[in-house]
Amino acid sequence: MNDMIAIYALVALLSAPLGLYIGRALGSKRTRVDALFGIIERPIYHLAGISCHQSMTWRVYALAILKLHVGLILLAWLVFMFQGVLPLNPDGVTGMSWDTALHTAVSFATNTNQQHYSGQAQLSHLSQTLAIVTLQFLTPATGLAVLVAIARTLLATRSANVVKGVGNYYQDLTRSVIRVLLPLAVIVALLLTWQGVPASYQAAHQIEMLDTQVEEVQSIPLGPVASMVAIKQLGTNGGGWYGPNSSVPLENPTSLANVIETASLTLIPVALLFAIALISGRRRLMLGVGAVMVAFSLVSTSVVVYSERMPNVALTELSLPGANLEGKELRFGTDLSALWGSWTTQTSNGSVNAMHDSFNPMGGMMLLMDMFVNVTFGGVGVGLIGFFLYLMLAAFVGSLMVGRAPELFGKPLETREMRWISLAILAQPLIILGLSALTVAMPQTAQNSNPGFHGLSQVLYEFTSAFANNGSGFEGLSDGTPWWNLACVVALLIGRFLPMLVPLAVAGWLAGKRTAPAGRGTLPMDSLAFMGLTAGVIVIVNLLGFLPALVLGPIAEAVVQGF
Amino acid sequence: MKNVEQKALQVAEDEVLQAPTSWSCTLRFMVVMAVLLGLVYPLITTAVGGWLFPEQAGGSMIRDSSGRVIGSNLVAQIFVSDGYFIGRPSAAGNDAGSVSGSNLAPSNGALRERAETDAQAIAQREGVSVDQIPIDLITASGSGIDPHISPEAARLQVTRVAQARQIDEASVTALLDPALDNVGWLGSPVINVLRLNASLDERYPVTPGADSAAGTGDIPLNTVE
Repeated sequence: MNDMIAIYALVALLSAPLGLYIGRALGSKRTRVDALFGIIERPIYHLAGISCHQSMTWRVYALAILKLHVGLILLAWLVFMFQGVLPLNPDGVTGMSWDTALHTAVSFATNTNQQHYSGQAQLSHLSQTLAIVTLQFLTPATGLAVLVAIARTLLATRSANVVKGVGNYYQDLTRSVIRVLLPLAVIVALLLTWQGVPASYQAAHQIEMLDTQVEEVQSIPLGPVASMVAIKQLGTNGGGWYGPNSSVPLENPTSLANVIETASLTLIPVALLFAIALISGRRRLMLGVGAVMVAFSLVSTSVVVYSERMPNVALTELSLPGANLEGKELRFGTDLSALWGSWTTQTSNGSVNAMHDSFNPMGGMMLLMDMFVNVTFGGVGVGLIGFFLYLMLAAFVGSLMVGRAPELFGKPLETREMRWISLAILAQPLIILGLSALTVAMPQTAQNSNPGFHGLSQVLYEFTSAFANNGSGFEGLSDGTPWWNLACVVALLIGRFLPMLVPLAVAGWLAGKRTAPAGRGTLPMDSLAFMGLTAGVIVIVNLLGFLPALVLGPIAEAVVQGF
Repeated sequence: MKNVEQKALQVAEDEVLQAPTSWSCTLRFMVVMAVLLGLVYPLITTAVGGWLFPEQAGGSMIRDSSGRVIGSNLVAQIFVSDGYFIGRPSAAGNDAGSVSGSNLAPSNGALRERAETDAQAIAQREGVSVDQIPIDLITASGSGIDPHISPEAARLQVTRVAQARQIDEASVTALLDPALDNVGWLGSPVINVLRLNASLDERYPVTPGADSAAGTGDIPLNTVE
């Protein structure tokens, strides 16, 4: 219980000051930190030969994002495939197969960090740092950059006139990295090293077991683990050094480390509510958004915590009665595993400190639903962007309900905008359910570790996690096959770029339109009624899309078990 | 200063960049960022972390009184001899190189089968009925290298360990407290199995041949090498 209080208190106390700092550091006004961080930022712009002061149209901004990501995917792909002959490989790891390397590169370039490999055994120190840590910084920074770009155009309160530019991607990206992510990561990395997370470039220890009756030799892989785990948690990345992620004691050694890592999961996503309130000046709107998110979060976390306190039916009468400890670490227990599980799926992080595959059915279902919604705080930047997407749909629905021409913040929502907004929202059930259906139609491709209803849940979870850019999994799936790798690549790319770039485009389009003065019939977007409507739209859209699949998976599983 | 002036000029002219960034600038930016974030940042944090906290940074290794590394405080080992406390079941053979959970769902018959086998073995070994076994002893951990068991799970094994080492139970029980982790304000106390077993070997080494099922502490380990 103390751990829970400490985690919630840390997030509550740190998010407001951090958010205000982020708002100032990334906003357009000049600040005192400009001079300090300019020392690092100016050489970056200079070396890259990039002008950072010109505002870009949304198209140029989006194109800059896509170009950089093509480069990053290629870089990571090559590093993974040729890690065997590259330096920083003390354990003699060999190169990855082309398809797993491609999946891994795309997975990390989309802030997903879905892993079809076990890092400690299949990646060299170079792959884990040069390829993975780089992406773990640049992808949340991209989310942050796009969010700020949207905030300064779509949400801008003062400009009634036409705005052409949304900002400069390289400036937004560099500032997000240098002013926000990097300083936080250094602090968290050192705290985690103190608690016992390895920080070393040594090869693995080879240990003879203490019990001489046991012949096996135990290997204990090390590496610059702490530096990666810090940004993995802070940047809603989630891809760990070791296969089972932060359930591994080397990656999450103590209760204090767990408090730090769990708080880091949600810290930036929550802080961004304050940052955007500051940048856009729309405090009431962000308060409403925050209230919806907190409500969703508390419901989800309560269900998962309750579910995991229940016994595991497979273990009835085989021991003293107890909560569902299968797949969980004893130093955390079920409550802290459930809290982490629900937060990691809400925030699109995807790191785990317990095996979700072995959660009780209701807990597992809640994790799936968190990822369907994916805007309960959501990923760094993209969580709020996703929320704005739902907000646009709600504005459309709401305007029609009161008989007005659809508008958003006083700007008309027309056919072009609504076509793309609908596509971005409908792509989710189409891709997830379509790929799941294809996979279960070809049972030899599925490779589940569990039979029956849970087998379907495993497939559904994998694609949901890919599309939501979450990265956690029902990990019993043997997913390092060409089918899984390539099918997930499709879900990863569409799930990342469509819901991120459509709101940017809409912001760009709307910024070019004139603002209509608010009249008596205007739907105030910061009202309680409108927030209720948005929450309703989110729930209804997701239930319509996914309820049938949930009935066949976790709900059937729960009913058969008796709860 | 020049940049600031430029910026003011651009804002005044409301000039917006219409041309996409060139590939060469994109790639140069990528390389600069990759070097900074993927090489410099891990190197610096790892160097500083290793300098401030050398023990933790190197894997929290445990040494016996002769200074030999016997394992990590954070990684469970396999114990089968009667003279040792056993840890939680592992889906990974307690190897940190192939860490894994079981990933078996509650609805999976294989989970019940595995737990039944484990529970019966433990019940027989400790001379108790299955409904007296703490649940952590029949559930596989998430990592497969969970170094801990509950204090109840340790107490269940005291009698058997004491008999195998031919010492009284009180001497074994006295070693439980120093092996506790999570004793502070956070978490609930758990027993570190490797540390407990290492302290048993230090205090009450089993002489070779005294008990067929129990190995001794340091001496045979060295001969194995």
